[in-house]
Amino acid sequence: MAYNDEQLAVMESIIARYPRKRSAIMPLLHYSQSIAGYVTNEAIEIIAQLLELETAEVTAVSTFYTQYKRQAVGEYHVGVCTNTLCAVMGGDAIFAGLKEHLGVENDGVTADGKVSLEHIECNAACDYAPVVMANWEFYDNQTVQSAKDLVDSMRAGNPKPPTRGPNKLVTWKEASAVLAGLNDGLANEGVQAGEPSLLGLKLSKEGK
Amino acid sequence: MTKLAPVLSAHWDEKDSFTIEAYKRHGGYTASAKALAMDPDAVIQLIKDSGLRGRGGAGFPTGMKWGFIPQGDNKDHYLVVNADESEPGTCKDMPLLMANPHVLVEGCIIAAHAIRAKQAFIYIRGEVTHIVRRLNQAIADAYAAGHLGNGIDLVLHVGAGAYICGEETALLDSLEGFRGQPRLRPPFPAIAGLYARPTVVNNVESIASVPAIISNGAEWYQSMGTEKSKGTTLYSLSGHVANPGQFEAPLGITLREILELSGGIRKGHKLKFWTPGGSSTPLFTDAHLDVPLDYEGVAGAGSMLGTKALQIFDETTCVIRAVLRWTEFYKHESCGKCTPCREGTWWLVQILRDLENGKGTEADLAKLLDLCDNIMGRSFCALGDGATSPITSSIKYFRDEYIAHVTNGACPFDPIASTLFEGADA
Repeated sequence: MAYNDEQLAVMESIIARYPRKRSAIMPLLHYSQSIAGYVTNEAIEIIAQLLELETAEVTAVSTFYTQYKRQAVGEYHVGVCTNTLCAVMGGDAIFAGLKEHLGVENDGVTADGKVSLEHIECNAACDYAPVVMANWEFYDNQTVQSAKDLVDSMRAGNPKPPTRGPNKLVTWKEASAVLAGLNDGLANEGVQAGEPSLLGLKLSKEGK
Repeated sequence: MTKLAPVLSAHWDEKDSFTIEAYKRHGGYTASAKALAMDPDAVIQLIKDSGLRGRGGAGFPTGMKWGFIPQGDNKDHYLVVNADESEPGTCKDMPLLMANPHVLVEGCIIAAHAIRAKQAFIYIRGEVTHIVRRLNQAIADAYAAGHLGNGIDLVLHVGAGAYICGEETALLDSLEGFRGQPRLRPPFPAIAGLYARPTVVNNVESIASVPAIISNGAEWYQSMGTEKSKGTTLYSLSGHVANPGQFEAPLGITLREILELSGGIRKGHKLKFWTPGGSSTPLFTDAHLDVPLDYEGVAGAGSMLGTKALQIFDETTCVIRAVLRWTEFYKHESCGKCTPCREGTWWLVQILRDLENGKGTEADLAKLLDLCDNIMGRSFCALGDGATSPITSSIKYFRDEYIAHVTNGACPFDPIASTLFEGADA
């Protein structure tokens, strides 16, 4: 198996978080994406072995959840919210614009492997619509042009930072490690809140 | 008189609000110290007396839920916080956790103590990398400061993009390491929840409301809100408004009041339809501007308070386009376990697509309503029920618009007119 001792130790530490080890299946799948970029057959086998499950059981879980990919995505995975509110506010136009600009369809990856594109469901940032996510970091209040500029910056190797997130956009693999519960030391970077989150508080301080 | 009342959001405007230092500056972790010195039953009674009701949508009294946990049964108990915020339009828990993750950690300590649980979990949606960082850092800092690890442990569990896991029993299956599919009830989680042990599942905002109630008392909380809907809550305003955002107010404020405070509908336009609590709550129109936004008020007007996700759409929006998109969402997110939901949502999409493209007939409306009737209440969980809400309510209020699509043979709306940038750079 190609997982080294250090990686296996991380996996054991993830399993140790839970009273029953099967509960570790989701963070282990996130972790496997931080190594290979997607859930490989080898990852399924190792997770099954560690959790004493059949590979079919691990596959069944990995295919249920859309964030687990069975093929490589880009270094920067871009999700455009096209649920009703974002779609109406401009998400549909942004998604169409990006497909054309990148020359890819939904779930497609650019030939240089830098950017992949997916239309996503509501990302709990409706007061910042239309919303684009990259490696699950927030890019608020996007337009067709700002989204094109964003993916261009990714392809040039210098991605624009998230609106509400760390000072620099981490890669897909690095983000997957965070979702597995590993600490990348960036929690204190970035704003505590965007302006819409603070609007009610501001108005109340004005006596409203 | 001031209408807004920030409690949860009171310190979000401080740059370091998410740190343990900032949280302690405002009395953080004194409520848990106070609660840990109390008898667990007294904590449950205090929360019962406060009138706090679940903020995840259903509005079930939080203290009563805690009281359902059998005591002295020598079994492990679990607290599970539902942070899988995914209901379309809902955007309150994520900004709360980004700005102040410690209030949830402290709420977990108090709730775990009350229900005699040694282990708590927070199940957060997976599509929010930075909030996962903030929350894990908060948990680590709470351990380092000794607030966690002395009898109560807390683990953050990160989901992976399945709306259904916001349903509490699907969430438990997911947390146990299975595909997230709802369970048949009874038994309820209070009797057989996580690992078949007594479990309380509460929404983020419910648990985050607990520390302030412990500190300030039940009477203080009771003094805000309406007769049966006590306290303050986060209202999330989005869509075609001049200024979207979060507005924390006592329960019972109206949309008219929130719009007056925030600057109204976007300039030059007027309100057409809105959701009071996410896409699963029946639509309202401009006839509902004065409905008190509390549990009883919204239910009395034929909808549900839900998650207080006020999604506003103006006259440029095609209601069928909006409803179709939500329906496509429900079809995609149906877990497939129950036939009425799995098959029914698929058929709803087919019919709505035809209607939106002008290829439908008037008879399709009756067929849609018949399908909804056969989905409603016929599955393990409420996902399918939620899918019917936008359809039945839109046909009730906008039947003429459906008919216009049939008569025109096309959608009469220009989607570019609805965008934030109105095609300026599109």
